[in-house]
Amino acid sequence: MSQSGSRTAGSGVCAGYIFDNASQNPTKLMPVTDSPVNATLRKVAVIGNPNTGKSTLFNALTGMQSRTGNFPGVTVEKKVGRLHIENHIVDLIDLPGTYSLSPRTPDEMVSVEVLLGRQPDVGEIDAVVCIVDASNLERNFYLVSQVLDLGLPTILVLNMWDVAQARQVSIDVEGLRQRLGLQIIVCEAHRRMGVHELRQAIIHSDSLITPERPKPFPEKFYSECKLLEKTLSALGSRKLPFYIVERLLIDVGGYVEKQLADQHGELLTSSISGARTRLKESGCRVPMVEAKARYKWARETLEGFASAPNTRVSTRSDRIDRVLTHRFIGLGVFAAVMFVVFQAIYTWSGPLMDTIGSGQDVAANLISANVQPGPMRSLLADGVVAGVGGVLIFLPQIALLFFFIAVLEDCGYMARAAFVMDRLMTKLGLSGKSFVPLMSSFACAIPGVMATRVIENRRDRMVTILVAPLMSCSARLPVYILMTTAFVPPVMYAGGWVSLREIVLFVMYLVGIVVAVPVAWLLRKTFFKGETPPFVMELPPYKWPSLRIVMARVYDRSKAFVVRAGTLIFATTVLVWAAGYFPADHNELHGLQSQIENTEARIEQLDVQSDHEESKLATAELAGLIEQQNQLSSALIETSFLGRMGHAIEPVVRPLGWDWKIGVGVIASFPAREVIIATLGTIYSLGGDVGEEDASLTEQLRAAKHADGTPVFNVAVACSIMVFFALCAQCAATLMVIRRETNSWRWPMFTFGYMTALAYIGALITYQVGMLLLT
Amino acid sequence: MTTLDLLNEGQKARILDVSGEDAIAIRLMEMGLTDGEEVEHLGCAPLGDPIEFLIRGYRLSLRSTEASRVIVERIV
Repeated sequence: MSQSGSRTAGSGVCAGYIFDNASQNPTKLMPVTDSPVNATLRKVAVIGNPNTGKSTLFNALTGMQSRTGNFPGVTVEKKVGRLHIENHIVDLIDLPGTYSLSPRTPDEMVSVEVLLGRQPDVGEIDAVVCIVDASNLERNFYLVSQVLDLGLPTILVLNMWDVAQARQVSIDVEGLRQRLGLQIIVCEAHRRMGVHELRQAIIHSDSLITPERPKPFPEKFYSECKLLEKTLSALGSRKLPFYIVERLLIDVGGYVEKQLADQHGELLTSSISGARTRLKESGCRVPMVEAKARYKWARETLEGFASAPNTRVSTRSDRIDRVLTHRFIGLGVFAAVMFVVFQAIYTWSGPLMDTIGSGQDVAANLISANVQPGPMRSLLADGVVAGVGGVLIFLPQIALLFFFIAVLEDCGYMARAAFVMDRLMTKLGLSGKSFVPLMSSFACAIPGVMATRVIENRRDRMVTILVAPLMSCSARLPVYILMTTAFVPPVMYAGGWVSLREIVLFVMYLVGIVVAVPVAWLLRKTFFKGETPPFVMELPPYKWPSLRIVMARVYDRSKAFVVRAGTLIFATTVLVWAAGYFPADHNELHGLQSQIENTEARIEQLDVQSDHEESKLATAELAGLIEQQNQLSSALIETSFLGRMGHAIEPVVRPLGWDWKIGVGVIASFPAREVIIATLGTIYSLGGDVGEEDASLTEQLRAAKHADGTPVFNVAVACSIMVFFALCAQCAATLMVIRRETNSWRWPMFTFGYMTALAYIGALITYQVGMLLLT
Repeated sequence: MTTLDLLNEGQKARILDVSGEDAIAIRLMEMGLTDGEEVEHLGCAPLGDPIEFLIRGYRLSLRSTEASRVIVERIV
């Protein structure tokens, strides 16, 4: 055990902690040269336990100046923020919150690779900032001991100082600093206390000294590591960092062992198991030895420098919790909170979405007024404006959901929500953390999928992402409403309290949930096999959420959606527009459009002149022209690529009770489900401006006949369409968000494939059974 | 000798061992559940599971299946 620092009493522990930072000899921190002419870029990694305020601190340090992306090949988010002060440029790399650095999966390995400078897209790391919860030092020092084992210059941040004070934990910062030989900064990130000092420390981190490694293990362990190192070099391996060799020996079945065993085979595995047996014989059982050794180190290191009262001080947070996790009240509060969140994304987002919709109309009208009818106008109005609108329309829901998630997370309730719901979610093979993402998906799968970031376990997260689109989102509602109002008779039951239409609607919402259960189960048994991940979770203390942090989160998520998924959603919309527009001769249609616009202008003029006779005639003429235009549009879509595809898939969709027109509607609604209504409007010669409650569309659908005179639609067809839309993945935006969140094209393709297959089978069964019942 | 999931609310116990060498056992130990440590059962979630414990001065929630891996002796 390193006992290098002599124990000095240190300055006043609690009272003077700000001065503790300031009073440090500044020359120790300053770079040797006063102002280097050529600033070099340095890289500093930020690591810490979950719930230590790490992201808050990261945002406070870098402001809005961070770039988010993914580390290649894994689902881990890569967040890099640049500090540029005077002549110093530092890239801060935010690593995911973790309790330990013992990698079992490729995702967990990323943090180790970054810290050891082995991650190619990051490069060499110059220093590491390790953030700990000052009120819970012992547990946090487990990770600290691993970080120190990496042998990097380290800055230790004691965050949540206020919580530590509330718990009457007293910490001798100066003493700890000397014992560990580290720079220590005290922070309250949510109040921006200590942030300036930390930024200075990071800027001047080039002058930090690498601290002594803790070496918590028995001597025998290190000699076995050395032996293993020799074996590796004999096998022709390049020199590995010592920390990797330690992991190779400790982590039974861990990621390092698997990787190196693949490379070196039998010879290596036998020497590893030999080493483990010898260690066991000497009383040093691998892998148990690590927890014991590191916690022993943590306790001995903190001994005399940090002390908590013998009985835990009951804070306001504890008293709040007694109510919020209470057997009855707890469930009630939970239901109320979830109701508000759901209501917000389902209902409150409505006016905002309407505003975006009318903005779209204004833009389309502006284009119509200024661009002559032709391909250009169609591209701008129906392709570009629809594409941009198709991206922006999701922003209110994303912003609102992340507003609530950020508030709930920042105040500490999110962990309780998972705690309360875990029992129920384990029945689905998921954990309590999947509840909020799945519930949000009933409003919209896009924020739902984005919200799965809270689930650290990759398997749980992937399964949640893949079943989230099955939840009946608000975009399905227009389809359900159109089909039920047109084909489900308005029968009332229970003395007028329940209508058959409401029952059908409810069943449609149920379909997604009922299907999601076996799908989640199957995914767990196939692609995401393995033991159920432990639900080992810390319940952090409550605190007031900070508006700045919440807003930063909302901005960050919205920006990520628009930038990363928006471009692809836009491209898909334009592509589908082109498929519906080409190939066709639009000259006649454009001529008609010009005529309609001229007539409209004439009517306006006549009305101003109060020439009612002429105005009436012109209005009649206009109606005829519009009728002609609608018929022509309908004919043109039939000859377009889209129409041809509709005809081509007709044999496939026949067993579902559909004709080619419905086929076209389904293909055209690939960017978004609700598009089918406008497409059906166009095909049934009503123009594209119809809504789900449009009486003329309802009538047209009821009147539609096959060539042999039988009606196209009946209850069975309507139900088959609804079931198809309940289960299909006709939402480009969701698929693009899945692509972004999983960092691979494989999963959106898989989602689209499995959901389309389910939708087809579901619709097939619905139609065939329906027809049996009808006849 | 008993296991952690069998404690009653408010009861305290001392950890004797964590059974198994798999990922769950390791995670439990990484969270500070090592032998000799004292644990207190703080309460259950409204649906009965998971359970909340006090360990090393912080609050940890565990499912009863995970808690059953921790062998303890009650402190009277």
